[in-house]
Amino acid sequence: MTSPTHTPFEQVVAEHGPTVLRVCRAVLGPGADAEDAWSETFLAAMRAWPDLPVDANVEAWLVTIAHRKAIDVVRAHRRRPVPVDSVPDAPTRHGLPGDHDSDLWAAVRALPDKQRQVIAYHYLAGLPYQQVADIVGGSAAAARRAAADGINRLRRNGIGDDDPHLERSSS
Amino acid sequence: MTTSDDTVSRLHDLAAADSESLSALHGRLEAAAQGEDLLDVAYRTLDTAVGSLLLAATPRGLVRVAFAVQGHDAALEALADRVSPRILQAPRRLDTAAREIEEYLSGIRRSFDLPLDFALSQGFRRTVQQHLPSIGYGRTHSYTQVAQEVGNPKAVRAVGSACATNPLPLVVPCHRVLPASGAVGRYAGGPEAKATLLALERAHAA
Repeated sequence: MTSPTHTPFEQVVAEHGPTVLRVCRAVLGPGADAEDAWSETFLAAMRAWPDLPVDANVEAWLVTIAHRKAIDVVRAHRRRPVPVDSVPDAPTRHGLPGDHDSDLWAAVRALPDKQRQVIAYHYLAGLPYQQVADIVGGSAAAARRAAADGINRLRRNGIGDDDPHLERSSS
Repeated sequence: MTTSDDTVSRLHDLAAADSESLSALHGRLEAAAQGEDLLDVAYRTLDTAVGSLLLAATPRGLVRVAFAVQGHDAALEALADRVSPRILQAPRRLDTAAREIEEYLSGIRRSFDLPLDFALSQGFRRTVQQHLPSIGYGRTHSYTQVAQEVGNPKAVRAVGSACATNPLPLVVPCHRVLPASGAVGRYAGGPEAKATLLALERAHAA
């Protein structure tokens, strides 16, 4: 074989698995939906891996797949309604129920879909706005505005004037 | 009042992937890939008296055993190049191989009962490698003898390179082939590892 070759897929999972999970959680919430989307993303990516151009941007490619898989997960729920997993019941790793984490999750959940996606892909996956726009549609400028609007809304709704870090470290 | 940067960094922490979730998701991916015939190469490592071993298997059988000194990453890259890049660390497929290697290294197993995949070798080298298990436990042959046994008495050097490129050392016993001088000779895992295996077999051959 003379063509340049792909790295073992295990390396892709190790390098990008954490970021993709972060993105899925930001878009779908911290529960089983995000894990389903992560699993479907990496299974589809593993299938397509040998055919991906060697110079492709792997992270952008994975986020693009994750975006579609997250939409699939939501659609599957609409077809076959299941109880909504309420955010306060989700396991928290910090502090007590009703803490700032669940407030922020609730605020993230309340964002319009597009703002939540744009924030996840730009701020959590680190993709430039042009790539974010390629994934969600529309222009790079529109993606930038949606991200700014979303962050402002989170800042107003999710986090009060007090410092959550102080409270967390004192518990 | 908090800033946008604080909000972003809290969101980052909030959505962070903990290692427990990631390892559960990895296990789920291993099972799903296996179920959909996407797991072209599964691997694990095994700590042994001759160092950390990389064990890799295709659905057809054990395809690679690599010593730490050979570089596990290099061995995985060669598998990606020559077999398939659909590779996951997925220990289950290697359960039997790992158990048999542990038994062999503790002296209670004298031959391996494992399906082998010689995808990484071809031609005369493969012929030689497939012949090697016929050299019995605790015995040694010279490169010259092996060349005669495979019906090509002049190919002594080629037998040497077949042993040197054995993709399945330990399981395919290239350590039982020695230079005519009686020295231990070269080995993928280093001459010390070869001497260790020969001593182990001598001790348990009786």
